[in-house]
Amino acid sequence: MTGRVILALVTLAVLVLPLVAPAYYVLLMLPFMAYAVVLLGLNLLFGYAGLVSFGHALFIGIGAYTGAVLTTHTSVRSLEVILLAAAGLGAAAAMLVGALCVRYVKIYFGMLTLAFGMVFYTFLLKFYHWTGGDEGMRVLRPRLLGFALDAMPKVEYLAGPYYYYSLGVLAVATVVMWRIVHSPFGLCLRTVRDNPAKAEALGLGVTRYRWHAFVISGVYAAVGGALLGPPTGNVDPTLAYWTQSGNIVFMTLLGGFASFFGPVLGAFAFIFLQDTVMSVVPYWRLIFGAILAFIVIVAPGGLMGLFARGRPREVAAR
Amino acid sequence: MIRNLVNIVMSGVFHAAILFLVAAGLQVVFGVQKIFNLACGSFYALGAYVGVSAVTAFTAAGGPPWLFIAPLAAAGLAVGLVGVVVERGLLRFVYDRDETFQLLLTFALVLMMEDLIRMTWGTAPRSTAGLYLVYGQARLLDATVPVYNLIVIAASLAIAAGIGWLLTRTAFGRIIRASADNREMAEALGVDMGRVYARVFTLGTALGTLGGALVIPATAAMSEMGIELIVEAFAVVVIGGLGSMRGAFVGALVVGVLRAFAIALYPELEMLLIYLIVIAVLLLRPRGLFGSAAA
Repeated sequence: MTGRVILALVTLAVLVLPLVAPAYYVLLMLPFMAYAVVLLGLNLLFGYAGLVSFGHALFIGIGAYTGAVLTTHTSVRSLEVILLAAAGLGAAAAMLVGALCVRYVKIYFGMLTLAFGMVFYTFLLKFYHWTGGDEGMRVLRPRLLGFALDAMPKVEYLAGPYYYYSLGVLAVATVVMWRIVHSPFGLCLRTVRDNPAKAEALGLGVTRYRWHAFVISGVYAAVGGALLGPPTGNVDPTLAYWTQSGNIVFMTLLGGFASFFGPVLGAFAFIFLQDTVMSVVPYWRLIFGAILAFIVIVAPGGLMGLFARGRPREVAAR
Repeated sequence: MIRNLVNIVMSGVFHAAILFLVAAGLQVVFGVQKIFNLACGSFYALGAYVGVSAVTAFTAAGGPPWLFIAPLAAAGLAVGLVGVVVERGLLRFVYDRDETFQLLLTFALVLMMEDLIRMTWGTAPRSTAGLYLVYGQARLLDATVPVYNLIVIAASLAIAAGIGWLLTRTAFGRIIRASADNREMAEALGVDMGRVYARVFTLGTALGTLGGALVIPATAAMSEMGIELIVEAFAVVVIGGLGSMRGAFVGALVVGVLRAFAIALYPELEMLLIYLIVIAVLLLRPRGLFGSAAA
């Protein structure tokens, strides 16, 4: 019951935020919402399937560059088309990469995903005729639901229509993920995580479930990546670098991978904490590294684990 | 033609000599502690910066330029002692955790060390200007190769031989190999595992910092050099096989020389080629060329 009350309050807060908060904070919400979509997908793999990908920046990059290529090289401006294309390409890439990666678990899975991520990063960096190299590409302002909003001042566009559009995408992504996680598929996935041998004996195709989870998480990461481009108007290869993959795993852990909303909270905490720290000192990595070390050693349940009244789940123990 | 070929191969082997040191550090830690240490690239960067500072201080104090390699190597080795601090201060708390958490802890180290280096040495690249060619150039089959490169290659070979000797011929090496094979059994036989881990991690760290220090005369220290090198060292250990010293040696040669050829012939391919090989190895032979089943 309290969960629902909190959810309702949070929903209300994000709905009225653009009306009451300074534009600066409203704009900070945009990367948060994009990363929240990415992390909902990543956590299907991390929290529910027990696979830690160190290459998910690959799919963020695919989504972000889809938007950039479509708006600069074609006449497509519609964000719906961009998101669908990103989802489609993300799914295609995830099917291929996932089919090869899910044959392994643990460190080998992580290494293989890292290698695939670095292949894509090097491609973005080196083939500058197509990708603009390290300068990246421009993302032109997309149309939202068919409305061309080119005349609007940039901040108004981002803090108004684009904000609510991102929120809508995040809401749909959350509901869909909630249904996935609470479906028989989600249950099977947890079985596969906790006891693959038993799952296999019960007739569940272990690699198949992992593969499905991988593809879904790839689609989520690509859609989130596509949302990242328009606020800055620019995408560059660092979006696909391995440290980015590390950062999103960090966000998931920060919020708490054992809970459904943990990663969303993690994205929120990461973005706003980073902004706060950087307004004081430029060395956010030092402080965030210390936070990550603290979480790993002392509080593996993340923020959600700290808030939860019950005993922390013992997923962290081997 | 021959001249180009020699140039490419020699620059590749020089890079391989450095890569081997860092990858060997990664391997010894993975082999014994089963931790994939992402921070080994950061140790490499740290070694590079400390090396620059040591050499600068040395020449400022009037030390003869031809002797600069002594303070360089000494500083590179000495700063490896941060390994003790990191192991005793952080890593020892997570040995009984899932490897994901161990990996993330080393990622936390990557983040912290990148900023610590920026805080200490600033963001501008630092180099030991002019000392690279102090030993002159050697002619080798029509091509000229800096003698410093040859020294580093020789040093790396000597270290490889030294590690081989340490692992196979000494009591400490036997303990290391026993702990890598079966931690519980080694502990039951009276091995103080905390001590072994601290030493092994320090050894791994010192190999990384020494690699960073030795590369410095040929290039400049930059704060991103660590996170760039770790993915190369990662390629080396995957190709060679996780946990295997011979694997690190062969993997470093493969990555170093292939990269040199790619840069010379078709620069767009540079690391792309390496990662494609990594993927092929992981898919076809996940244990790598020399990996054992236990890794």
